[in-house]
Amino acid sequence: MQYMLLIYSADSNEPIPETPEFGEYIQAYMKFTEEVKEQGIFVAGDALQNVSTATTITVRDDNVHTTDGPFAETKETLGGYYLLECKDLDEAMHWASKIPTAQHGSIEIRPIQMYG
Amino acid sequence: MANHIRMIIAEATREHWGRLFAILVSQYKDFDLAEEALQEAYLSALSHWSYDYIPKNIAAWLLQTAKNKAIDSIRRRSNYDDKLSFFKANGDLDLYDDHLSEHINDDIFPDERLKLIFTCCHPALSEQAQIALTLRTLGGLSTSQIARALLLPETTLAQRIVRAKKKIKNAKIPFKIPEPEDLNARLLLGDY
Repeated sequence: MQYMLLIYSADSNEPIPETPEFGEYIQAYMKFTEEVKEQGIFVAGDALQNVSTATTITVRDDNVHTTDGPFAETKETLGGYYLLECKDLDEAMHWASKIPTAQHGSIEIRPIQMYG
Repeated sequence: MANHIRMIIAEATREHWGRLFAILVSQYKDFDLAEEALQEAYLSALSHWSYDYIPKNIAAWLLQTAKNKAIDSIRRRSNYDDKLSFFKANGDLDLYDDHLSEHINDDIFPDERLKLIFTCCHPALSEQAQIALTLRTLGGLSTSQIARALLLPETTLAQRIVRAKKKIKNAKIPFKIPEPEDLNARLLLGDY
């Protein structure tokens, strides 16, 4: 079954680009991605650009409303995701705990809805 | 119906429910199916047992009846052909043996309760959900009994149990003893 692992963190906790910590952070992510691919469970995964680049659209009564920003202002914001094929929640939790951002942020695990 | 039959069944609930439920969940991997099947088995006991007939091996009778109910339930659902062939392969459709031994031994009745405890106490469930589910599935207590014990309204507790079972099913919380590397955290052991 596929699980979406949603990566949340506060900007203030993220390593700053061009620092040694940032380099290690990127390396850690590359290592994680490599590992899940080796296990054959990687379906998809991406980092998202910062929440300051977000645009939110709602349509009500045929009117399109556009907001500059995320759909809800939260302290921790969505920074990326992985879609992994896991046999049960335990396995998904195991990989979620290995995601580098789990150290200072939160990883939300959601099973993919299956129909039929 | 004679009071002593009710007493026997009440005693059978206390003594066998948890163990039988755990076996059924282990076999069918479905909490709701297992619970319904076991409840129906107990109901069946209420209507079939009498002064003249009480099975020698009560647990065996209940388990076999519950399995039959479970299979009936599976038949009523879609894609039962796949499941039916799976169960046939595992010999679950064997006819009930009237001459089952008096004693429950671990070969026929594996004790799956440890798996059940770990599942009900999975960290992905809130502590309140863990408590309610454990009392229900291992203790065989009714919703109203648990509600009274925890001083909660019955509807609140019923919803809590329903949500917990849904989470187990939809998020696929596994029915198993945790892997060695996870065991310490799950048992909340310190650093020894």
